[in-house]
Amino acid sequence: MRELLRILETEGPVDSQELAVRLGQSVAEVEAALADLREQGVLLRYSALVNWEKVEEEKVYAFINVSATPEHGCGFDKVAEYLSQFAEVHSLYLMSGQADLCVVVEGRDFRDIARFVAEKLAPTPGVRSTSTSFVLKTYKMEGEKLFGEAKNGRLAVSP
Amino acid sequence: MQTALRPSRLARELPPNGIREFFDLVQTRSEVISLGVGEPDFATPWRICDAAIEGMRRGQTSYTSNYGTLELREAIAEDLERRYAVSYDPGTEILVTAGVSEAMDLAMRALLDTGEEVIVPEPCYVSYRPCVDMTGGRSVGLETRMEDRFILLPEALEAALTPATRAFTLCYPNNPTGAVMTRQELLPLAELAEKHDLVVISDEIYAHLRYIGQHTCFASLPGMRERTILLNGFSKAYAMTGWRLGYACGPAEIIEAMMRIHSYTALCASSMAQTGALEALRHGEQDMQEMVAQYDQRRRLLLQGYRELGLPCFDPGGAFYTFPSIAHTGLTSAQFAKALLFEENVAAVPGTAFGPCGEGHIRATYATHMDLLKEALERLGRFLEKLQAGQIKLEA
Repeated sequence: MRELLRILETEGPVDSQELAVRLGQSVAEVEAALADLREQGVLLRYSALVNWEKVEEEKVYAFINVSATPEHGCGFDKVAEYLSQFAEVHSLYLMSGQADLCVVVEGRDFRDIARFVAEKLAPTPGVRSTSTSFVLKTYKMEGEKLFGEAKNGRLAVSP
Repeated sequence: MQTALRPSRLARELPPNGIREFFDLVQTRSEVISLGVGEPDFATPWRICDAAIEGMRRGQTSYTSNYGTLELREAIAEDLERRYAVSYDPGTEILVTAGVSEAMDLAMRALLDTGEEVIVPEPCYVSYRPCVDMTGGRSVGLETRMEDRFILLPEALEAALTPATRAFTLCYPNNPTGAVMTRQELLPLAELAEKHDLVVISDEIYAHLRYIGQHTCFASLPGMRERTILLNGFSKAYAMTGWRLGYACGPAEIIEAMMRIHSYTALCASSMAQTGALEALRHGEQDMQEMVAQYDQRRRLLLQGYRELGLPCFDPGGAFYTFPSIAHTGLTSAQFAKALLFEENVAAVPGTAFGPCGEGHIRATYATHMDLLKEALERLGRFLEKLQAGQIKLEA
């Protein structure tokens, strides 16, 4: 199961025939596992990893530390779920440490994100304070290094 | 005419490395998918590089003890104890070397007197027999066969013994076949070693790359610790080939003899590499396991590909090689490998590079990216079709 998920996480969709060969299982077993994983909400979707910094289109990310007021019985869930509804929110985490939530926000430019923080995020009931850090350059995301590396100098044939 | 720098008879009579010629041929071409490489396609895990870099920053760049740093030898001893329940004294029974290659050379030189024989099961790594022959000893090749899954059969070993036999080599998981031997299959060999008072030089460099069953360390068999020179290293499991770091373990007397030769020819293994190796043993397990999982997937993919192409290949349980038979094509190994290279730009090593009994086989590694393996299989399929249709002109 873990091996299957690892393959899908790094390679995206792979046909079940090939998965069966690589994992040493039958096609039926693999398809049943895939169905289970989708049903249980383990396997959410397949998506490409895009390096937007190489594309003309402007795209800016900010990491926003949010301090929030917890509520009886549900902690930070309500305010987090509320904030998650905004399309601008790319990801959202409950954090240990000083801030309570870390909100990753995506926008066209800095002003776009500033507007979102000032007009939407900060005024949300339960949000006490925000601290915004803009991403200036991405070196690695989702396990992928975005800088050029020296080519592997392996010999073409070796004993 | 003889020149002042004419090479010695020993050097002149040393057979050329069977891979060299093929390597030169591959170099003349571009866009080759190489299944001919005997090393991981992964980079050394960064934590290991980082540890070595940090070691250099701290000035750990001087000679170490001839034996290697005590810290590393202690870590090696712990590792062997934990994995195989075999105990070596880090003070006197472990020697750190420049790869298993150096350790093999030292073992033969420390062990053999002129005329003594070492039985070398083939197909095997290219250096074993030259290492024996360079000492003035005599290497005796012993064929293993695909129908026996390339394991060494005790009856074959016993039949090859002569009064001059001093030792035999073992390499399981095997390069080039990927064959493995179970504990049950190794036990009769141990009995023979005991019965005929033989030394066993066991190259276990692929021990961690095991996909079927568990590795048995030969020295862990009853009575074998006292007559085994165990060789292992970091190249394959931790993707550290260029670091050149291996080790030999055995009873103090033989390790001390090996160390004496090593102290004159190498002094010590690279101190930077030793720092990296220590990190590999302490914290490299997960990185290694992830690589092993990848190899296993690729192994299955390649074997399934062969099945679909009708290429007979036994199921290799270890290392990262497949050794399919190409005998049914009517071509020799060398003809097949050359034609495959010229027609489809896929490099695989002729089986004969690993001994005469490798004839009829090619060695193809799956230490190659999955996408390249898939492409190589497609090319191989096309090649076999062309071959069957008589569309391939063979070199004489």
